[in-house]
Amino acid sequence: MANKAYQKVYTKLDAITKATVTLKAAGVSNDELATVAGRLAQVVKTKGETVTLQVFAGTEGVPTNAEVSFMGNPPVLKVSEQLSGRFFNAYGQPIDDGPEVEGEIREIGGPSVNPYRRKQPSEIIPTGIAGIDLNNTLVSGQKIPFFADPDQPYNKVMAEVALRADVDKIILGGMGLSNDDYLFFRHEFEAAGALDKIVSFVNTTEEPPVERLLIPDMALAAAEYFAVDKNQKVLVLLTDMTLYADALSIVSNRMDQIPSKDSMPGSLYSDLAKIYEKAVQLPDGGSITIIAVTTLNDGDITHAIPDNTGYITEGQLFLRADSDTGKVIIDPFRSLSRLKQLVQGKKTREDHSQVMNASVRLYADAQNAKTKLENGFDLSDYDLRCLEYAKDYARKLLSIDVNITITETLDTAWQLFAKHFSPAETGIKQVFIDKYWPNK
Amino acid sequence: MKTTGKVTGIVSNLVTVQVDGPVAENELCYIDLGTTKLLAEVIKVNGDKASVQVFESTRRLKNGDSVEFIGKMLEATLGPGLLSSVYDGLQNDLTTMTGVFLKRGEYTDPIDRTKLWDFTPIAKPGDKVVAADWLGEVKEGWLPHKIMVPFAFKGSYTVKSVVAAGQYNVDTVIATLINEDGEEVPVTMVQKWPVKVAVKGYKEKPRPQKIMETGVRCIDTFNPIAEGGTGFIPGPFGCGKTVLQHAIAKQGEADVIVMAACGERANEVVEIFAEFPELIDPYTGRHLMERTTIICNTSNMPVAAREASVYTAMTICEYYRAMGLRCLLLADSTSRWAQALREMSNRMEELPGADAFPVDLSAIISNFYSRSGMVVLNNGQTGAVTFIGTVSPAGGNLKEPVTESTKKAARCFYALEQNRADQKRYPSVNPIDSYSKYLEYPEIVKYLDDKICKGWVEMVEKAKTIVRRGKEMNDQINILGDDGVPMSYHEAFWKSELIDFAFLQQDAFDSIDALCPLERQKFMFERILSICDIEFKFDNYEECRGYFKQLINVLRQMNYSEFKSADFEKYNVELSNLLSSYGK
Repeated sequence: MANKAYQKVYTKLDAITKATVTLKAAGVSNDELATVAGRLAQVVKTKGETVTLQVFAGTEGVPTNAEVSFMGNPPVLKVSEQLSGRFFNAYGQPIDDGPEVEGEIREIGGPSVNPYRRKQPSEIIPTGIAGIDLNNTLVSGQKIPFFADPDQPYNKVMAEVALRADVDKIILGGMGLSNDDYLFFRHEFEAAGALDKIVSFVNTTEEPPVERLLIPDMALAAAEYFAVDKNQKVLVLLTDMTLYADALSIVSNRMDQIPSKDSMPGSLYSDLAKIYEKAVQLPDGGSITIIAVTTLNDGDITHAIPDNTGYITEGQLFLRADSDTGKVIIDPFRSLSRLKQLVQGKKTREDHSQVMNASVRLYADAQNAKTKLENGFDLSDYDLRCLEYAKDYARKLLSIDVNITITETLDTAWQLFAKHFSPAETGIKQVFIDKYWPNK
Repeated sequence: MKTTGKVTGIVSNLVTVQVDGPVAENELCYIDLGTTKLLAEVIKVNGDKASVQVFESTRRLKNGDSVEFIGKMLEATLGPGLLSSVYDGLQNDLTTMTGVFLKRGEYTDPIDRTKLWDFTPIAKPGDKVVAADWLGEVKEGWLPHKIMVPFAFKGSYTVKSVVAAGQYNVDTVIATLINEDGEEVPVTMVQKWPVKVAVKGYKEKPRPQKIMETGVRCIDTFNPIAEGGTGFIPGPFGCGKTVLQHAIAKQGEADVIVMAACGERANEVVEIFAEFPELIDPYTGRHLMERTTIICNTSNMPVAAREASVYTAMTICEYYRAMGLRCLLLADSTSRWAQALREMSNRMEELPGADAFPVDLSAIISNFYSRSGMVVLNNGQTGAVTFIGTVSPAGGNLKEPVTESTKKAARCFYALEQNRADQKRYPSVNPIDSYSKYLEYPEIVKYLDDKICKGWVEMVEKAKTIVRRGKEMNDQINILGDDGVPMSYHEAFWKSELIDFAFLQQDAFDSIDALCPLERQKFMFERILSICDIEFKFDNYEECRGYFKQLINVLRQMNYSEFKSADFEKYNVELSNLLSSYGK
């Protein structure tokens, strides 16, 4: 990023923190980019002549006489079809030895879609994972995170979902990915022969944390290009949003802002919403669907990051290790897809929502039975049947290694009902019982 | 001379302006960005420095950019045509904006200035009038929309003339008034009012007299909300807050519904856009959209406008209340509004209160809730604003500042419970923790006696006791084991489950069960309570469980069938047979 001839270069920093520098400069605009000792930085605060810059790569080794020059524009991405199949860093520069992308220059983090111009999401995204398709059906234009402990195979599940989904483009935004995970995604995408429909923006753990702040906006600027300009169905994968929020708190802390819950900035909700609300069903057929990962600390969803996320996203997919079957399952209690009713029974079979509710209610009864068992009480016949059902349900439907169609999923659920319960015990509408109850 | 100024500091949407003249707290200003102008509001003044919150993104704003103050606070434009509109938090019409993306600095007129309305005069020359008195009427949809003496008019006036019945647009002078000084004052169909100031212009604000029907059993029967009352719905995410609010919006017994989507998901608003035009108001048979105004400031729209959105919504409700109409305001979610206050407070480096919220949060919330209520107008007619807000407590913990402050201000409390939601017991309103203070009002008790049946509130209390006792019994069963407790414990537990499954739970997505009118609620409630009165003599708990599951199943089938239809009666007979097969 060479300095242009007419730009003034400043060489006196007044203050340096690990993530920010402060200096006196004139004519600076809000959100403008700058370079500090050759590193990319962005204006986050001006007060009179004093300007504070957040330095994405961190300030290690930056001297007080470092050269600072302002670029006059907010962060941008060049967009064109040439993005397809490429891997970029947080600044949108290629990291795959390929050529620079030519295209139209777009500001990242652009304006919101007028809510009145949005269309109601109505297309199902089948994943083959019955625990998602049955209980938490995904819809294009939705935004939904996986809530998972760090030891869960969330990146693997996300890659599987992405590659099975019927979309035109997949955009990966990797924040704080371990190098191994980065290579895993690359390998999965290549092995699936799907590289030409994938664009990746990656910040690995080897790179400075504050750089991550650019990743979602870069990924979504690319997504908007394909969805808005090209009317394509775009799936955006963001992993791991917890590390993104951590980077936000670093910057806010260095700027001496008063932290709110869990030392997160008070604006966390708005900051996350700006990203997730880019998910949209557009009037001309294009759509942006966001599947993200929010890692949890020992399943704690009351922490500020998952908590704010849950209020923004349209549900969450909760991964949990099931001790009965030894499988990783999509937890039916804590998982939710808020848009599921837009497709259940409309794009899927009519009995879908009743089957879902009954299957989860019976699973809840099994949990109660389990509590009784753990407390050393005798179990009733119904309790015992519930426990048997729960094992079957976890193994045949909730486990993430299941890959069947939605109709197969519903049929499987009916078979489990018939195996363990009487029709009345399921509480399902009589018309569906008459139609779908399997004859032994 | 208008006050002007120059930008001297920027942190996100908080901008400091050096001013050259007087400025008022909450005064609006435009910041000139060259290509466009950004609206902002003064929130603090210190010497010649004014801190303003910008209602837009401040990207590319520079120190030295010029600012012009306009001498007015944020105002709502009030007139015919507000209903079925879709506004942002500043009352810009979202439907007339061009392009898929919102453009910075694009401000659109809230009201169609060209549309002609059928005007009928009410006031006559010589009439003495004051602010909010009715001068005439137009039909807005099926509602009589009164054209009033503007709220801002002080003192009393004499009507000089009113135009004859006919078709006029909103800017036509429809009446000329003479003020106390003998000057003529023209009145059109549109007026403006600062949103942060409560609209007065009524005679008195009595206690609520009756309940507002919502068709939701756990509200109407268990904890009814009064017409002109206040309520709030706190709950962790995923507990069905929005579904419950939408159900109330669709079924609420009100003339006008204003929904403020405040810092929430855009797709939820889209759901309203998609569904409401299709839906029919159960009370009038007209399209729901005709009585609905949507204020939509979703979570990705500018934070400062989010704060304004709830005030804009309340002002519109107060406007319709002054016409003698019953309004329902739903705000989802007031926590996002509180967070907007927190963000600004933080940027201004104010000393924070609990959880970094501003210290006056509680006062701001209770002040806002107090704007609702039933009023008696100057002409003796009544109007009401009923307000229900949702609260999104951080981590689902109700001991946080927004929930606690709201609890002090609202009279009804509908606690959504994670545990119930996990078990898919929807609506997940906890029957024991939730309350309606209105059940303690003698006026309301009497109203229910007359409207439903004598002793209704006692029956409700009885049902609540059964539910509470059932929970206690269940705790005992869990501690001592199925065999460790007497049979009566099981029976008590299952009677509470009967009330829960057959009455409290309601399927918002089932076309029939979603809406349960009071008459039907009464029928089912009495039927279920009469079952609870029976003393069963079960031999063992398996038998008890099995029997109650059968009862629940039949009652649920009744809920799914049209009231008093052949199916309904068939299940009712089946229920009677099931009961007589047991007997006392």
